[in-house]
Amino acid sequence: MSGHSTYEPKTGVERWLDTRLPIVRFMYDTALDFPTPKNLNYWWTFGGILALMLGIQLVTGIVLAMHYVPHVDHAFASVERIMRDVNYGWLIRYMHANGASMFFLAVYLHMFRGLYYGSYKAPREVLWILGCVIYLAMMATAFIGYVLPWGQMSFHGAVVITNLIGALPIVGEPITTLLWGGPAVDNPTLNRFFSLHYLLPFVIAGVVILHIWALHVPGNNNPTGVNVKSKADTVPFHPYYTVKDGFAIAVFLLLYAAFVFYNPNVLGHADNYIPANPLVTPAHIVPEWYFLPFYAILRAVPDKLGGVLLMFGAIGVMFVLPWLDTSKVRSMRYRPTARLYFFIFAFFCLVLGYCGGQLPDDPVLGSPSGLKLLDADINSFVWLSRVATVYYFAYFLVILPILGLTEKPLPVPESISEPVLSHPATTPAGAVASPEKRG
Amino acid sequence: MLRKGIALAALGLALVGGPALAAGGHQEIHPQSWSFDGPFGKFDTAQLQRGYKVYREVCAACHSMNLVYFRNLGQPGGPFYDPKYKNPNDNPYVKALAADIQVNDIDSETGDVIQRPAIPADKFPSPFPNDAAAAASNGGAVPPDLSVITKARTGGPDYIYSLLVGYKTPPAGLKIGPGQNYNAAMPGDLSAFWSGDHKKVPPGGFLAMPPQLAPDKVTFDDGTKSTVEQQAKDVTAFLAWAAEPKQIERKSFGFGAMIYLLIFTVLLYFSYRRVWRNVAH
Repeated sequence: MSGHSTYEPKTGVERWLDTRLPIVRFMYDTALDFPTPKNLNYWWTFGGILALMLGIQLVTGIVLAMHYVPHVDHAFASVERIMRDVNYGWLIRYMHANGASMFFLAVYLHMFRGLYYGSYKAPREVLWILGCVIYLAMMATAFIGYVLPWGQMSFHGAVVITNLIGALPIVGEPITTLLWGGPAVDNPTLNRFFSLHYLLPFVIAGVVILHIWALHVPGNNNPTGVNVKSKADTVPFHPYYTVKDGFAIAVFLLLYAAFVFYNPNVLGHADNYIPANPLVTPAHIVPEWYFLPFYAILRAVPDKLGGVLLMFGAIGVMFVLPWLDTSKVRSMRYRPTARLYFFIFAFFCLVLGYCGGQLPDDPVLGSPSGLKLLDADINSFVWLSRVATVYYFAYFLVILPILGLTEKPLPVPESISEPVLSHPATTPAGAVASPEKRG
Repeated sequence: MLRKGIALAALGLALVGGPALAAGGHQEIHPQSWSFDGPFGKFDTAQLQRGYKVYREVCAACHSMNLVYFRNLGQPGGPFYDPKYKNPNDNPYVKALAADIQVNDIDSETGDVIQRPAIPADKFPSPFPNDAAAAASNGGAVPPDLSVITKARTGGPDYIYSLLVGYKTPPAGLKIGPGQNYNAAMPGDLSAFWSGDHKKVPPGGFLAMPPQLAPDKVTFDDGTKSTVEQQAKDVTAFLAWAAEPKQIERKSFGFGAMIYLLIFTVLLYFSYRRVWRNVAH
């Protein structure tokens, strides 16, 4: 689909450069002239939003690194010095801290969009897997970054998470020692975490380039999931999608700015404004909101190693998803049964996130004297997490493989232009349907 | 299969819908209306000045504020900002406030440890030379640094205020250990110390700090009546300023940024409509 280039060098310099390093041609073909399906809805704008967020995190992060001191005695105070004495330091730091949350919000919507419209299916498996790699690297970067201010949650979060890796057989202990740089989480840990926090974003940027490359070979999926058949199905990326993505980015920035300027600490935890003290453990160690679903999965298993494996498995299973979903139909717009299971899946992901923020033994419903089964209190968040975890894995390992063979999908349109022109009643319910009706 | 799915979803909804009951104790928090609340809130300079006096005369005896410098008092938005002195180090009032306090230094001639009056460029000095000394003087508990205390406690300024006014006569039936004080706003679970009706465990918890504020303990220079509530409110406002001295700048900058983004968004929306006007999609 990337096809042959329509770029024509206009000036002498461009012609000279085009025969030596056709970089202008490359930019023109990928960012301006790239043929894009004309029916992409607003769920497709998160790619652009994510690219912008990566840029913001890189720029603010490089400035923060100029002022931050990676030492256990100075890290906390240096972060506060940025807030107090560095020109616009408060803005840069709050953009960076809230930027991480906005980055994850966007990546989750981007992933759910891929899951719903079957963007992981052939020929986009590599594109999807590269996305999973980016997501994993984002998680590592965000976790390490949260440790850097060296507050109470930073320190004790680092202790809990690095100890988890120690639960792995054989490799666990050496990896933990390498991460710690000593017998416990201490100054060497902070030093290497700072180094890695500076390195990983550039790794992410590199994989993002591969991700975009892998996108531009088969081209975009689209809400119908039908392949592009002719030129009538597409529009050039610029100006059509630069302006549409631009609008979505502006709306997203409004939300981001509302957090940065009016509630910059609401997504964090108050305990992280207490300098790290290894001798005092916070009453309730919780990770940032974007890790809560995985934290719930971890705690759903009574065995430590089992919990760790299941937690990593929850991400691992996404890598093999392209081969687990047996359906030939990409978009769930034409798979009503799968659609229902997808919404239950999304719901249980939210349930997991909620459970991750609660104490495991607290009752979910009012009365603590709940349902008893085998001496266990079913009315507790740990049991709700277990139910949600089972569904999470069942969705990938049982429902999608079986459903693709047994369900009867709705008729799929011949081409992208067909449903676009006739606007059939097959559009899915709710927010997914409304954006493209406007426009 | 479909019906099973709906049933599952309904079960999930029912499970999440129920209100979660806290397992342990509860706190008595009195939400206050603060001048710096909301997107257009500003600090009340007179209140910050009174609050500084409460900190200096009461809290500073035990609590450090390691991240705050005397010069901060005279910076824009600070309690003693004077537009005549753009550089707070020149502000005579700030200089005088600093000079009231002795700080440790090294004599550059002899190398001896000396004490000298502070200058605006100095940090607020710590009341104790180290944590061990602080703990030894306070029954084993180190008084927390107050620099960012309103950001470091769930509930923020409302919690700090409630704690300062939360020292109540302990209800009969509550066993209080030596060196402990009952406070209705302190987080904790008192069930284990409570011998009364187990459904009526009193709110709050124990802390090592005894009540510090008392009527007329601090004399306010502006004639404000010096009640415990007034002192608590003023010092909390001062601590909220100290925790985030740039918050007013942040909000006013934010207002401009939001207006700009809003206009930009509307322009992009209409550009989008115009660019796409001839494409069926």
